[in-house]
Amino acid sequence: MEYILIIISAIFVNNVLLAQFLGICPFLGVSNKLSTATGMSGAVCFVITLATVVTYLVNRYLLVPFGLEFLQTIAFILVIAALVQVVEIALKKISPSLYQALGIFLPLITTNCAVLGVAITVVTKEFTFGGQAHLLNLGEATVYALATSIGYGLAMILFAGIREHLAMNDVPKSFRGLPIALITVSIMAMAFLGFSGIVK
Amino acid sequence: MSKLGLITKGFVKENPTFVLVLGMCPTLATTTSAMNGLEMGLATMFVLILSNIVISLIAPLVPDKVHIPVYIVVIATFVTVLQLLMQAFVPDVYKTLGLFIPLIVVNCIVLGRAEAFANRNSALDSALDGIGIGIGFTLSLTVIGLVREILGSGSAFGFKFLPSDGILAFVMAPGAFLVLGYLMVLFNKIAKK
Repeated sequence: MEYILIIISAIFVNNVLLAQFLGICPFLGVSNKLSTATGMSGAVCFVITLATVVTYLVNRYLLVPFGLEFLQTIAFILVIAALVQVVEIALKKISPSLYQALGIFLPLITTNCAVLGVAITVVTKEFTFGGQAHLLNLGEATVYALATSIGYGLAMILFAGIREHLAMNDVPKSFRGLPIALITVSIMAMAFLGFSGIVK
Repeated sequence: MSKLGLITKGFVKENPTFVLVLGMCPTLATTTSAMNGLEMGLATMFVLILSNIVISLIAPLVPDKVHIPVYIVVIATFVTVLQLLMQAFVPDVYKTLGLFIPLIVVNCIVLGRAEAFANRNSALDSALDGIGIGIGFTLSLTVIGLVREILGSGSAFGFKFLPSDGILAFVMAPGAFLVLGYLMVLFNKIAKK
């Protein structure tokens, strides 16, 4: 039950893009075409989940025992940067076809603030799923990261679909490009507000 | 470029929010009121100036292949310094801005200026560039915050001038996108004439 709450909360209620504002730059940058949006979502999903698990373990077994929590920011960004490199190299060897699909997006992900944002959130924020407030355990953190990245992909792919149609319309000159995109996202965010209240 | 020009170009011509469109996450997330926007802008400016200075000094020593990781470590160090300072002196502000203080590390403005300016200019010029871009960012965030605060809660800088609450949606997520979108239209209309 608790896992279902986490999943619904992370995908719909507290959508990472539309409610938490994490990872907006790549969201606006690569959502011009449905195919690139799908590729980016896949890569983000993969990296967020992996990075959250690794940083969670680094925090639990390296930083906390030695009282080094103040190094969280530096340690996490280094772990994420290294991880993205490793994933890139590993993917190239193991699955060239997947590398072809995700390859160009991987280097961009280091500076996607959704990755660092989720990693920091799961080790610092207390959640109230199923009773009293507590920090997430490893299983919950993994599910939270996976659900968050699915929410990211959902918002991204929906938006890319809308944007493809938007490109064919006659938009007033000052609104062309980003402004109309932002206004569209605003309407999407309003729709997602309808989910609020389902999970506290 | 004159020293003064280095500072003023960040206000309009190379405004980080409306022209360069960098650092969108804190721009949207922390501008629920004018004061929050101002504080976020100043926090980013602090990191931007210091990292610009240090990166301009060490750039000649850093091998080209590892320059991005080195820059990120420099930036992350100053962000940690900022986090500790804010926790000590302004804990309330730190709590309000929350997650977005550590996320200055991945703010593309900071790394962007390091790559585009600080690594090939003197320390003084880089500091001035940091001040200019920092002020431009702070101004944009304050303006967005002010518009959202006026429409959303009927007050400006915490000073209440409407008896009612205002339109709640402007304080929430949709309002952030909407206000930024329309301000960008306005900016395009005025600045790009």
